[in-house]
Amino acid sequence: MYNFDVETPGTVADAVAAIGRDEAQALGGGQTLIPTLKQRLASPSVLVSLSGIAEMKGVCMGDDGRLCIGGATTHATVAREAAQYPALAAMASHIGDPAVRNRGTIGGSLANNDPSACYPAGVLGSGATVVTNTREIASDEYFQGMFDTALEEGEIITEVRFPIPEAANYQKFVQPASRFALVGVFVAKFSGGVRVAVTGASEEGVFRWSEAEAALSSDFSTGAIDGLSLSGEGMISDLHGTGAYRAHLVGVMTKRAVDAAA
Amino acid sequence: MTKIEMNVNGRAASGEVEGRTLLSSFLRDELRLTGTHVGCDTSQCGACVVHVNGEAVKSCTMLAVEAAGSEVTTVEGMANADGSLSVIQQAFQDHHGLQCGFCTPGMVMSAAALLKENPKPSEAEVRDYLEGNICRCTGYHNIVKAIMAASGQDVAPVAAE
Ligand SMILES: Cc1cc2nc3c(=O)[nH]c(=O)nc-3n(C[C@H](O)[C@H](O)[C@H](O)COP(=O)(O)OP(=O)(O)OC[C@H]3O[C@@H](n4cnc5c(N)ncnc54)[C@H](O)[C@@H]3O)c2cc1C
Ligand code: FES
Ligand code: FES
Repeated sequence: MYNFDVETPGTVADAVAAIGRDEAQALGGGQTLIPTLKQRLASPSVLVSLSGIAEMKGVCMGDDGRLCIGGATTHATVAREAAQYPALAAMASHIGDPAVRNRGTIGGSLANNDPSACYPAGVLGSGATVVTNTREIASDEYFQGMFDTALEEGEIITEVRFPIPEAANYQKFVQPASRFALVGVFVAKFSGGVRVAVTGASEEGVFRWSEAEAALSSDFSTGAIDGLSLSGEGMISDLHGTGAYRAHLVGVMTKRAVDAAA
Repeated sequence: MTKIEMNVNGRAASGEVEGRTLLSSFLRDELRLTGTHVGCDTSQCGACVVHVNGEAVKSCTMLAVEAAGSEVTTVEGMANADGSLSVIQQAFQDHHGLQCGFCTPGMVMSAAALLKENPKPSEAEVRDYLEGNICRCTGYHNIVKAIMAASGQDVAPVAAE
């Protein structure tokens, strides 16, 4: 690792000021960034740690009935405290392993937008809103492709707001070596319709499977997606699975999620 | 260089570190607490697990400065005050939960974190909790058995495979 300085601001305002300086970068739980620094794939001169900012931590219910999660809240805290949204808590409880969950944060996961990460599916599947120090970003605008998001340079995710569906479930087919999702599907049924978000599969990162959404919105049962299939075109192909295999898994995981949610 | 202080295994500890100094390096190189092992340094193996303010973390994936002011427990802090082995450590010995012993410090720290959260875990819960702790020798079976035994449960049904 190249050397860097570490700053530990106590407020969002101080963190924004520190990150605004040249070659500074936010440090969440470090579960992605520290391995990246070790490989010298990033070389910030200052890391601005967000883990001491109390206003960015914790889970609460907003007045509008949405579940609010601070941007620096760990996966372990969400697993323990997001009881009002059990499918989301269950998803968080299966990210990586216990030590990763004690450090890794929702903001770090969303800022990174790994194509195999779990939170992007939970956020897009729920139609959640990503709140930053400057604005609110709808999940449909937030994810812009593999490792790409709507975040501007120096923008910090301070909170994520989740509308709570009538029923929801996340099914993850674990890639056993990395413990990320080989394919993961988040299904959420709202009074206005069903959302289906898929991670791990597409070369474009997390996406909504619109055919399944339409079918499930008129009939929320596994039978509704029986005839549907996705093409392996544009799907990730690597030593863990071909694009066609991943495309097939999307259907299987979607059915399992519907089954578990219904 | 930054001067940091923390409480390690009940004692005050301090040292000068760089921003990039990992907690694992601070414990091993600065405090000479070499019980914490570094197996992969890529956040995969769990040999470096310690507790920071009671929570299990991979010390190779946390900066030393981030642990400043914390209570840190390493495997050196697990034995009883009189030097005898703790219940978990003794169970690892009794049930052959180690062979080369490289993964053992991380296994013991993860086991302690699990039993604090869940004092009577099922076999499946133990296996699930150890997802981030890799062992190249034992095949895990006797590690699981040792942790079940340390929780005071009958391990006769956890038959050898
Ligand atoms: C062994 C292992 C297994 C894992 N398994 C899974 C898994 O199954 N599923 C899964 O989803 N993830 C998994 N992860 C990744 C884990 O969830 C990480 O915690 C997460 O991807 C990054 O979060 P972090 O808080 O650690 O961020 P960091 O590593 O600190 O930062 C990542 C990036 O986000 C930026 N950043 C951090 N916080 C913010 C913020 N609030 N606002 C703006 N930018 C920010 C940083 O500058 C950096 O670019 C795994 C990681 C490991 C090591
Ligand atoms: S040395 Fe830290 S996880 Fe392997
Ligand atoms: S006993 Fe050798 S790695 Fe576990």
